[in-house]
Amino acid sequence: METYTWLRAFADSWHLLFMFCFFIGVFIFILRPGSNKVHDESANMIFRNDDKPAGADKTPRMGRHDEPKEAR
Amino acid sequence: MWDYVKLAVLALVVVVAAIAASMARDIAYLVHMLVILLAAVITFVWIIRRVGEPVPAHNPNEYMDGPIRYGVIATALWGVVGFLVGVVIAFQLAWPQLNFEWAQGYLNFGRLRPLHTSAVIFAFGGNALIASAFYVVQRTSAARLWGGGLAWFVFWGYQVFIVMAATGYVLGSTQGNEYAEPEWLADLWLTIVWVAFLLVFMGTIIKRREPHIYVANWFYMAFIITVAMLHIVNNIAIPVSVFGSKSVPVWSGVQSAMIQWWYGHNAVGFFLTAGFLGMMYYFIPKQAERPVYSYKLSIMHFWALIFLYIWAGPHHLHYTALPDWAQTLGMTFSIMLWMPSWGGMINGLMTLSGAWDKLRTDPIIRMMVVAVGFYGMATFEGPMMSIKTVNSLSHYTDWTIGHVHSAALGWNGMITFGMLYYLVPKLWQREGLYSLRLVSWHFWLATIGIVLYAASMWVTGIMEGLMWREVDAQGFLVNSFADTVAAKFPMYVVRGLGGVLFLLGAVIMCYNLWKTVTSSGERKPAAAAVPAE
Repeated sequence: METYTWLRAFADSWHLLFMFCFFIGVFIFILRPGSNKVHDESANMIFRNDDKPAGADKTPRMGRHDEPKEAR
Repeated sequence: MWDYVKLAVLALVVVVAAIAASMARDIAYLVHMLVILLAAVITFVWIIRRVGEPVPAHNPNEYMDGPIRYGVIATALWGVVGFLVGVVIAFQLAWPQLNFEWAQGYLNFGRLRPLHTSAVIFAFGGNALIASAFYVVQRTSAARLWGGGLAWFVFWGYQVFIVMAATGYVLGSTQGNEYAEPEWLADLWLTIVWVAFLLVFMGTIIKRREPHIYVANWFYMAFIITVAMLHIVNNIAIPVSVFGSKSVPVWSGVQSAMIQWWYGHNAVGFFLTAGFLGMMYYFIPKQAERPVYSYKLSIMHFWALIFLYIWAGPHHLHYTALPDWAQTLGMTFSIMLWMPSWGGMINGLMTLSGAWDKLRTDPIIRMMVVAVGFYGMATFEGPMMSIKTVNSLSHYTDWTIGHVHSAALGWNGMITFGMLYYLVPKLWQREGLYSLRLVSWHFWLATIGIVLYAASMWVTGIMEGLMWREVDAQGFLVNSFADTVAAKFPMYVVRGLGGVLFLLGAVIMCYNLWKTVTSSGERKPAAAAVPAE
């Protein structure tokens, strides 16, 4: 029961405070000055590397139909 | 060398499974051992036929799409199976005669109901999540899946879990915990598969070639990690015998109930919400060809969602032995959850700002937008139902069933259909879908089906809630339980019809996707777009 008591007290005080501050901190960090550029870049990254991983262009480019057999 | 290790392990599995099958104490355990034996034999034969052949290289300059293609097929097929069982049990409720005498103990409502819920949530939804997670994490990390063939193990291992769960339900092996019915053997197997899933996903993230981890991956990660935690804690149980499927849970009393609904609600929150939000944040921007409306809002959506959802479970236990403070806590967090949910909905919908015309021309976008609309509707309805006074009317009624289905069919179903329509031409290198007109048909059948389902359940749920609490001037209850059952009959029929329409739409989708793949080589341009009716 001792363990429960101090864990309970810790959860209700310091950990609660930590989680609250972390949560608020995340929001402040998201809205920090200069984040717009980073976020625009992140939002647009889904529009590249659609067909093959980055850096794959060194290998000869293959037609869409004759892709090699899938490795299993 | 590695092949021989695998063969030795598989041979051992076969022997152990055969011995365990011969010692089985119940039919479900026997069948599960035979399933394991069969799976091991098939894998053994598959490997031994390839011993000595050159090992196919894992080319890091290509994406690994094989398991994703299989996952897409499994999603579509399990979807149809799950919807079909749902239609059957809907009509069993309307006409109890459909619980046939010859099938008692196997195919009656009590056995088929968990089969339906698990088939749609874990087989249809789970395969959709695994396949889309593998697709999204590769494209947004610009790296091939980590772990070589481990992704194949995840796919096939998950199917074995599904078969074990499904056969167990029909044969009466269940823990009796909603959405956590599989017994200890299937639970242990799922744990192994899930850890492999986590390793593949995290490994790919770690070796990514993009500096930033795209927000969809955050949602997928939260889904994988949280589901692992929920699954393990809620399923801690001690088997009665290693040769039997029955186990005794470690938790008891109100703690057991609380852990079950901590699990149950977060299965909704992290399996059916966070994971599918990962889909939303990738596939809607891709299909709309526009970046997400506000990336800042998407990150806020993520943190607020995971911080709040985990506390909402107690609202399933209003007016029970659970302490009042815990009930109020669950209710409060559920209401707060409304804000991030609607933030996410607005983010998804506004991604189309400046491209609203696509709603007229692209039935896939229409499907995704309706999905986000249902997400918003369900995440308003849910917090409202979690308010204690509302819950005193809605709890134990079919209103709950209506809420779950407008969320599951509308949000999870529609976003998954949109994802499948997007992925199939991509994965099989087709120029476009076989028929956009059929997508439109699917869209309208599914939408009308959901509306019939949700509306009939609202009516019947509120009606039965009001009938249950109706008292006369002397304070006696006016209605017997059987009165409410009789009054619900017409709505049950309408609900079944809604399910039929939804199932029909899914069958049309399967045909369309099949034709997309097989009418191959043509690479014809997509059929003319159909304007919105």
